[in-house]
Amino acid sequence: MSIEKTQPTLHLGVGDKLRLWWDALARPTQWGIGVPFIVLIALLPVIRPPVITTVGTDFGGVLAQFGMYALLAIGLNVVVGQTGLLDLGYVGFYAIGAYTVGLLTSPDSPWNLTDDWLSRDWAWLFAVPIAIAITAVSGLILGTPTLRLRGDYLAIVTLGFGEIVRLLADNLSDITGGGRGLSQIAYPVVGESADKPNGVFSAGNTTAPLNSGTWWFWLSIVLIIIVLLVVGNLERSRVGRAWVAIREDEDAAEIMGVPTFKFKLWAFLIGASIGGLSGALYAGQVQFVVPTTFNVINSMLFLCAVVLGGQGNKLGVIVGAFIIVYLPNFFLGRTELFGIPINGDDIANYKYLFFGLALVVLMIFRPQGLFPARQKLLTYGRGIYVATRRAALAAASVVTPEAAPATAGGEPLKKTADDTEGDA
Amino acid sequence: MSAVMTVGPAVSSVVSAFNVDSLTHNFWALTVDGLTYGSIYALVAVGYTLVYGVLRLINFAHSEIFMLGMFGQYATLMLLGFTPNGNAYTEGTLLTIVYLGIAMLGGMAVSGGAAVGLERVAYRPLRKRGAPSLVFLITAIGASFILQEFVHFVLPKLTNQKLGGVNAQQPIRLVEPTVQFTFLGADVTNVEIVIFVAAILLAVATERFITLTKFGRGIRAVAQDPVTATLMGVSRERVIMLTFLIGGLLAGAAALLYTLRVPSGIIYSGGFILGIKAFSAAVLGGIGNLRGALLGGLLLGVMELYGQALFGTEWRDVVAFVLLILVLMFRPTGILGESLGRARA
Repeated sequence: MSIEKTQPTLHLGVGDKLRLWWDALARPTQWGIGVPFIVLIALLPVIRPPVITTVGTDFGGVLAQFGMYALLAIGLNVVVGQTGLLDLGYVGFYAIGAYTVGLLTSPDSPWNLTDDWLSRDWAWLFAVPIAIAITAVSGLILGTPTLRLRGDYLAIVTLGFGEIVRLLADNLSDITGGGRGLSQIAYPVVGESADKPNGVFSAGNTTAPLNSGTWWFWLSIVLIIIVLLVVGNLERSRVGRAWVAIREDEDAAEIMGVPTFKFKLWAFLIGASIGGLSGALYAGQVQFVVPTTFNVINSMLFLCAVVLGGQGNKLGVIVGAFIIVYLPNFFLGRTELFGIPINGDDIANYKYLFFGLALVVLMIFRPQGLFPARQKLLTYGRGIYVATRRAALAAASVVTPEAAPATAGGEPLKKTADDTEGDA
Repeated sequence: MSAVMTVGPAVSSVVSAFNVDSLTHNFWALTVDGLTYGSIYALVAVGYTLVYGVLRLINFAHSEIFMLGMFGQYATLMLLGFTPNGNAYTEGTLLTIVYLGIAMLGGMAVSGGAAVGLERVAYRPLRKRGAPSLVFLITAIGASFILQEFVHFVLPKLTNQKLGGVNAQQPIRLVEPTVQFTFLGADVTNVEIVIFVAAILLAVATERFITLTKFGRGIRAVAQDPVTATLMGVSRERVIMLTFLIGGLLAGAAALLYTLRVPSGIIYSGGFILGIKAFSAAVLGGIGNLRGALLGGLLLGVMELYGQALFGTEWRDVVAFVLLILVLMFRPTGILGESLGRARA
């Protein structure tokens, strides 16, 4: 793409202006704004603002679910958004993570460790790293034979994998309890008190606002930040550049010397382990796993979060996850909204219909998602990147496209790839 | 460690699930049943294969087209005055076949219409803008959601709870499966004969249509080289519509045949697994290849039932998925090779 061609795309929307403003800030200022913002979000279940708080289900529980889905979206984003591999069986990793914790700590399982030498208080914490490791290995097992496949084929194979995992959980009833599932899964026992004998993370802690959902939400926020730091660093490293290269043109990447198979496998492995972590959180929070929770349709829902939020934008997909989890729950049990009577349960029931519509409409009008990712000047480091951003911001304030400096052309606002991929 | 000790019984129970006797004793019965299912898979697989051949696109929503066909034929039968009850229709063979034919046409009309509509509403705008294939696939998933949820929630409201909803439809039974003759010790029922013969006839008719007619030549030309075909005066848009139409019609026909075999399978989520299997069948035979779809379908149907006999009923779907993964790993172009244009040019 030539510079002349990309310059007209400097028409800036609200989101773009916000992003330019943010990117042009200095690091300490970003922290100064970011940390209070995160604290505000973390305090949501404590404040429970009037309209925002869900009616039909506990707000803390909804936010805890959002936390897990956000982790899933970040993990799936590594695979789908960064590397461009369509994984329709991601729920399989979520299931493996949850079932690993379940199998290690549930009294229903033959591999329960909490009977003999492992204290139930610490069993969950002990099981989480194992769950992450096992899902990573399962990502390796799925990826090694299948990652030589391209695009659509890979999508179908991963779909088959997701379904196989669920069927295994359902069929191996000697081990997994089959359709009955595994109950009494361990959870971290922290902060016991007289009225909360099993600690704050126990599902028995139902005294809002500081109920178990809120505590799991806080735990997941901490984990999300850690995962974001890891994934963000990977993105800015050689690995991340390889992923982007593979996503944009796998053949070209291979020819330029990128070991594509190796990096695709890494993407799969990292995505899988994040999914496993989320599954472990889920198992601990609900203390109960059944195969039906891990239906393949959930994979589509996760994908929906990633696509909605903006593939490749790790913060965008968190918003996507929030939409996916929060919206149906927002309507659940609501009979009126701002004085207008509505049948909230009905609307919540239609969630797949609305998400399906959202996907189709989005793909037609805004395939890059609500918060599209921008290709940054990764190779030149952050300093130059900020400089070009400031230049673009200055140019945007002058409005005339001619005034935009040539340096801004080096990182074109990402178009929908219609110029490069006109096959079909 | 106690964990290691307890692995023993679990693993042995898995091993004892290998039921070789069940496979050898019922070999021909399984083969006959497998061919019945396989011919249904084959018909649905043709839809995947044609669209893939022309557009290089996996029409992920094709399984929902099939599902709509099931409801289409059911609605047709209801309009004809049939009500769900346990007894089969007993007014003579000829009349039964006529009603089956009408129901099939009803299913085909719904599926064909839905497939063309899907193409127009969802895929055409993307094609106009030359979107990458990932965008097509995500659109297809979205369309899949919409169609499923339409039948799940909206259809019962439109039809006064008679169609759609959470539960499967009460089966309307036209044909009672009765044994017609015995083949190598396997009972062959009238239902199985009808399904197999109808499916093979339709598959052969489609193959002839693609090979012999002007429209078929157009499809093959676009599959082989869209640009040259357009230069030669073939309307690409019309060809694409035609492929979706043919795929939809066959899915509708397959839907009727499927409900003959599995009368209680008419449910909003009933297309999903069958769709994946039909796609596996298309890949198995070589996607983009019509004869491959037929071969792959029959092979998958039979293999799946052998696997079911060997490992147990609950492993049937696993067998199909593992087969798909194995084929893609070792022979991604399928048994007969890829490409609609090249294979039959």
